[in-house]
Amino acid sequence: MSAHICGDYKTSYKEDMVLFQTFASKFWLGVFLVLLCVVPCFLDDYLLYVCNMIGIAIIGALGLNILTGFTGQISLGHGAFLGIGAYASAYMVMDLNFPFFVALPCAGLVTALFGMVFGIPSLRLKGLYLAIATLAAQFIIEYLMVHVEGITNGVLGKMVDFPEIMGFSFDTDLKYFYLVATLAIVATIISNNIVRTRSGRAFIAIRDQYISAEVMGVNLFKYKLAAFAFSSFLAGIAGSLWAHYVTIITPEHFTIGVSIEYLAMIIIGGMGHIIGSIFGAIFMVLLPEVLRTMSGALSGEFPMIVNLFAAIKEGVFGLIIIGFLVYEPDGMAHRWQMIKAYWKLWPFSY
Amino acid sequence: MDFFLQLLVSGIVVGSIYALVALGFVLIYKATGVINFAQGEFLMVGAYVCLAMVSQLHIPFWIAFILTMLVTVVLGLIIERLALRPMIGEPIISIIMLTIGLSSVLKCAVLIVWGPNNRVYPQIFSQVPIHLGPVVISQVYIWSVGFAMLFLVLFTLFFRYTSAGIAMRAVADDQQAALSMGISVKKVFAMAWCIAFLVAGVGGVFLGNINVVNVSLGFFGLKVFPAVILGGLDSIPGAIVGGLTIGILEAMTGGYLDPIIGGGTKEVVPFVVLVIILMVKPYGLFGTEEIEKV
Repeated sequence: MSAHICGDYKTSYKEDMVLFQTFASKFWLGVFLVLLCVVPCFLDDYLLYVCNMIGIAIIGALGLNILTGFTGQISLGHGAFLGIGAYASAYMVMDLNFPFFVALPCAGLVTALFGMVFGIPSLRLKGLYLAIATLAAQFIIEYLMVHVEGITNGVLGKMVDFPEIMGFSFDTDLKYFYLVATLAIVATIISNNIVRTRSGRAFIAIRDQYISAEVMGVNLFKYKLAAFAFSSFLAGIAGSLWAHYVTIITPEHFTIGVSIEYLAMIIIGGMGHIIGSIFGAIFMVLLPEVLRTMSGALSGEFPMIVNLFAAIKEGVFGLIIIGFLVYEPDGMAHRWQMIKAYWKLWPFSY
Repeated sequence: MDFFLQLLVSGIVVGSIYALVALGFVLIYKATGVINFAQGEFLMVGAYVCLAMVSQLHIPFWIAFILTMLVTVVLGLIIERLALRPMIGEPIISIIMLTIGLSSVLKCAVLIVWGPNNRVYPQIFSQVPIHLGPVVISQVYIWSVGFAMLFLVLFTLFFRYTSAGIAMRAVADDQQAALSMGISVKKVFAMAWCIAFLVAGVGGVFLGNINVVNVSLGFFGLKVFPAVILGGLDSIPGAIVGGLTIGILEAMTGGYLDPIIGGGTKEVVPFVVLVIILMVKPYGLFGTEEIEKV
């Protein structure tokens, strides 16, 4: 359907930056959205649960991709920021009796504030040193989550209710799906647009050559902090949605392992590509579920596979990361572009 | 006072193992510019390999210890060749993630081979403690500190006087200049990973003798970060000073603060120190400052 375009005939930058380059891309997006509304009605609760987890992961991964993929600031503390969002939202709804639609953005803002505090070292630190500083942030926040018992209820965990907006309770997987899907779409649109603005170009300039960027008039401190704030804001939203979905949160849910999982999402999906966050989130959420199904199917023949499941999951996770880094360093987003380019001129590609 | 000295001694013991593992970090960073998030898993593998030889194959401890060193060197070579060499020239985030992936794979291998249960070394060092004035020290502590110091001295001498050590320093300083002097950078990289795996393995064997052996030994690698940053990422004396300082600090907070505030303070204080160091002196006590240009 897009066969009529076989080259770049753009004559202005404005044309080059249009979100939907062709009618076909608009059409297929429309089809996708309609399917997104209709298909969930026919899914069972388990599949809906997986879809909801994917939606939440997409929001979190978009945030990390803006920070790490676009601005080049490595963060090993994304899991902890998710936790701050989760606890902030839980505290506001359960203890302060805020309505959910106020608590959700507030949780994002609180997390953004934390993100900015831990982003301040980023002006002095780069690369490895920043990665280690955010690792320290992860451990310090984890410690706070265990010890500030007045807010977090410590290791016992905090109970959270399903969210309620104007008396409408999102208490089933299906209802929650529409909430998560809407927010994931909004987050994707916002991220996609931020990348096209002055801020987005400043982020990319900082990633590619921060000294040159500074010489050209990009305020490093301002934009690095902005990237940290936006990234943690989305992490906070994702954390809040997660808390209200699983309805009990403990500090164990927000460990360094979660941070690594999110980093893996953007690596596998493709750093510096918005669509990469979506691919990566889908992949990383599906991976353990697929492994679980497979080990369940094989457990008849190899009974010990159930005991080894955690180990196998860990190993497959590691091998996939190594495999992607060695053989497909640009992630699935790159492969997706190759496939699109192939079909564009099919069957007369040369 | 006795309590203080007791804490000081246990701090020095743990700190000397930190220093040994930190030495591995520093070596890899100096020679290849890579920071290795799998160092803790190297340590865990060393502990398990030696334990398996001692308790399953009934090899005497000292022979098993030497065999473990050989095994770790071979593993270091394999890992460097398969995973790290394709990554030369890739961005930092990729290399960090690669070593994290590596740590997952090693953890998986250990879990599949040895299972998740705690294991203990059979008694190797005499249980009779040694009295040094008011302080009581068990023998395994003395052996650990002794071996850690031995390795640290050996490697300091290695870097100063052997041609291989000088080649490694040359590569760390300027890869192109080293290449043009006829130094094989690939060999140096391989050697750096071998030595790092070796020192981590030795640290693992002694740590396993002090505590139990289980998969959480891998976290030790993350706890070494404050030590390396304190000393400076590319300084061997820095690794020693940083390791001992963090070890003592951890023992002191564990002894004095944990009863007041509650468990876990010991784990987080080194990281608070780390953040402060990074804010004040980003290149650590002895690290070289990088001068950046476009």
